[in-house]
Amino acid sequence: MCRRSARSGANSLAFEDIGMSQGGAAAPALRPSRFRLLEPAMLLWVALIAALLVLVAAPLVKMLLISFEMQETGEFTFQNYLTAYGRARYLDALRNSLLLGLLSATISTVIAVPMAWAVSRTDMPGKGFTWAVVLAAFVMPPYLGAIGWILLAGPNSGWINVVWRAVTGATEPLVNIYTFTGMAFVIAMHSFPLVFIFVKSALDLISSEMEDAANILGAGTWVTMRKVTLPLVWPSILGGFILIFLETIALFGTPAIIGIPARINVVTTQLWQFFEDPVRVEVAAAFAIPLLLITIALIAVQKLMLNRKGFVSQTGKGGERREVKLGPWRWVLLGWCVSVALLSVGKPLIVLLQASFAKAWGRGFSLDNLTLRNYRFLLFEHDQAPQAVWNTLWFSAASATMAIILALLVAYIVVRKLMRFAGALGFLAMAPFVIPGIVLAIGFYAAYAGPPMSLYGSALLLILAFTARFLPIAYASSQAAIRAVHPEMEEAARILGSGRLHAIRKITAPLIKSSLLGGWLVVFIVASRELSAAIFLVGPRTRTMSVLLYDLTEQGNFEVVSAFGGILLFITMVIVGIGMKLVGRDFMLRRE
Amino acid sequence: MPRLVLSGLTKAYGKLTVVDRVDLSLEEGEFVSLLGPSGCGKTTTLRMIAGFVDPTGGSIQVDGSVLSAPGAVVPPERRGMSMIFQSYAIWPNMTVAENVAFGLKLRNLSSEDVRSRVREILDVVKLENLAHRYPAELSGGQQQRVALARAIVVKPSVLLLDEPLSNLDANLREEMRFEIRRLHDEFRITTVYVTHDQGEAMATSDRIAVMNAGRIEQIDAPHLLYTRPRTRFVAGFVGRTNLLEAQVEAGILLLDGVSLGSAGQAGLPALPHGEVLISLRPQAMTIHEAAPTDAGLVLEATILGRTYLGEAWDYVVQPLGTGLKLRAAAQPLEAHDVGRRVWLRIDPRQLAVVA
Ligand SMILES: Nc1ncnc2c1ncn2[C@@H]1O[C@H](COP(=O)(O)OP(=O)(O)OP(=O)(O)O)[C@@H](O)[C@H]1O
Ligand SMILES: [Mg+2]
Repeated sequence: MCRRSARSGANSLAFEDIGMSQGGAAAPALRPSRFRLLEPAMLLWVALIAALLVLVAAPLVKMLLISFEMQETGEFTFQNYLTAYGRARYLDALRNSLLLGLLSATISTVIAVPMAWAVSRTDMPGKGFTWAVVLAAFVMPPYLGAIGWILLAGPNSGWINVVWRAVTGATEPLVNIYTFTGMAFVIAMHSFPLVFIFVKSALDLISSEMEDAANILGAGTWVTMRKVTLPLVWPSILGGFILIFLETIALFGTPAIIGIPARINVVTTQLWQFFEDPVRVEVAAAFAIPLLLITIALIAVQKLMLNRKGFVSQTGKGGERREVKLGPWRWVLLGWCVSVALLSVGKPLIVLLQASFAKAWGRGFSLDNLTLRNYRFLLFEHDQAPQAVWNTLWFSAASATMAIILALLVAYIVVRKLMRFAGALGFLAMAPFVIPGIVLAIGFYAAYAGPPMSLYGSALLLILAFTARFLPIAYASSQAAIRAVHPEMEEAARILGSGRLHAIRKITAPLIKSSLLGGWLVVFIVASRELSAAIFLVGPRTRTMSVLLYDLTEQGNFEVVSAFGGILLFITMVIVGIGMKLVGRDFMLRRE
Repeated sequence: MPRLVLSGLTKAYGKLTVVDRVDLSLEEGEFVSLLGPSGCGKTTTLRMIAGFVDPTGGSIQVDGSVLSAPGAVVPPERRGMSMIFQSYAIWPNMTVAENVAFGLKLRNLSSEDVRSRVREILDVVKLENLAHRYPAELSGGQQQRVALARAIVVKPSVLLLDEPLSNLDANLREEMRFEIRRLHDEFRITTVYVTHDQGEAMATSDRIAVMNAGRIEQIDAPHLLYTRPRTRFVAGFVGRTNLLEAQVEAGILLLDGVSLGSAGQAGLPALPHGEVLISLRPQAMTIHEAAPTDAGLVLEATILGRTYLGEAWDYVVQPLGTGLKLRAAAQPLEAHDVGRRVWLRIDPRQLAVVA
């Protein structure tokens, strides 16, 4: 059975055939059919478990193991841990990461909570605009924002400082992006959408009567907001805060682009240095463990908090919602949203585009500075760029497809409780959620890069890693989709004589098609900009756009970097546009 | 001076007038229900009283001072009222005690006072043992009691309730009606109660204002509303009735040409001359198999059909010489066969002329 289970594709096909004939064959096959149906289902289950073990469990276990192994000999040792935590520089990196996480999560929360409240509860104008800003900030890869901000707030030639010096005659720069705060700020500018989505969806569930009840007892708008509305969404605020903290400590791009020149070392950039020649995977593994533990612990805390009693809002009849009338304050809030729009998307995007079409970005917006040279160079002359574009497209498509298929099968089994240990499948599929991408990458490297698999430099390694990394996204959307289809819809088809798989194909599949497409597109988008796992796993011929973009940044040619960023943004926008057209306006921002 | 006065209160959304020149006056300690079908403007009226909705015409006064008039509305938090919502709106992040204490704290009471008043009111609503529970751990009825306690504890000038029982199941609804009336008898808070359930309104209220399409059709004590409906709508909406077109000619009340008796007869309301619409409750008639001997309003009739409803019979009868079909109620043991000739005796005091 084990041998057959490895051919998961073939088995699920066989399963389908039997399921069909069982439905069609009717009366004569009554007795044996139950037995025959059971076996392929079993095989499918085993195949899924095997796939999930390969994708999720094996890399983690391998990483844990090698963190206790001597390089070359493989003897048991604590030496890796002593090396990893034995130098002040490494411990500093750990401390910096935690501080950076706290700071950027704080900034994000301060930015996003008023926006969420304004959009969800008030009569602030420009809600559609605010939504678009949040979506744009979410879709724009954070490292592009970082590059934009280098052009804006670099201490010498950044736009803001150039203008500042010209206007005031000062010699010192006004702002400097190459600082700890600067880095936290840039990160926050692209992570605040998470808090926004969390808090807004919590606010959306609160009926206006909750607030009316406080009003009539004597509380004005602000007291009500402070004492009733905010406490009700407090768990969501904290949940969003934790997620951003975790994203930040696992983030590679921005700390690498801004932090390395600024000599600010964090865990992820330190891990990257352990991978420079000579590659010390064992030490990296040991050094990555706290990242993993912190993530697991905080996600657990967050779960506990969200499940705490007393925060389940009862809704029902009378749960209607009305907008809070803000009077002139609504313009203040709108001003806030517009400022966020400018800082997170507007300005960085403008300077990026300017640079991408410029001969020299510092010469400004004049006509004779305009050129298509950067794009032409990348698309037709560069020896790696076209390959990277192609790699990104097909790696993303392949991993999105694999993730969705796998997630769909698991979700179907879990939601319909088809097998006894179905829960274990769901657990494994969601597990990568608590594994930082960079940790997963080290695990994949440890498990599959070298012999016996020797996948280093192959496309498969990246595709598998992306599949594993984004499996939870695919799983969440598959699960939601299948939950939405009442089992009785399938049962109605089956009682009329259609087999389970026939029913799935004719009834369930059409119903969940658009959610699945949405899930696929989201995975595609996040995979196409993925950097922190890819950077550890690419070989000479498997560079992705994000990795190449980072390489280009190191060379410091910002016109070409910006043009490449422009191409990446263009691809992303096409995909987002397709998604909005086919799935719905908010398909990226639905909270799952 | 009345506690609460609505005069000419009007609300229009664009061209649509949803509350139309409502006049209503509540004495201190009075309990008045707004009763009417869905969409007749009850909630809108109540929310105007609370200050959540601005009127487009008329005014609202409490103790003689104007709280709402077009363009000048005191916000809800400064009205000293309280309200019970359809969804209860118990804050799920606060315990029962915290919910109840909320309004008291805003009134700057000492924490000692807050604690003792919370304890007292929880005793009154029989929740003393659940003070530290969260709302999610309470049953629907208990949540309702929390809402009541939270609203009453602040000693509001006016208590507003918007269909507070509609989310409860039937048994509990019955129980909570009496609970609400009991609390009212105990605290005598001036109350406006919105409902579309006439049983609820009858059981709780001193007076009922029947609303239809944004207007108040009649305000009266519950039993008068039942026996003396003044409009066709009220007669039809409150209880079941036979609405009959009748003529008054030369002092004689004629039903489809058949005489029902003279207008001067004892108990009969004053009758205008000409066409009138009368409401005759099924309970206002008794059915006899032999002709009654005493004088009174009596009609000979045939039984056309019957339904046994458990508590009573529901007969369909046809007075001789007419095409009318009347519903008449009878006690369970008064079984009469279909097709039988019977005599209907009508209680003239329960016959109402409606506009
Ligand atoms: N904000 C609004 N804009 C436009 N029309 C409204 C608005 N609020 C209420 N209405 C309309 O006013 C009418 C009265 O509404 P209201 O909620 O007062 O009815 P109700 O008597 O409480 O009904 P129900 O028993 O169903 O609660 C309805 O026709 C409703 O559609
Ligand atoms: Mg209503």
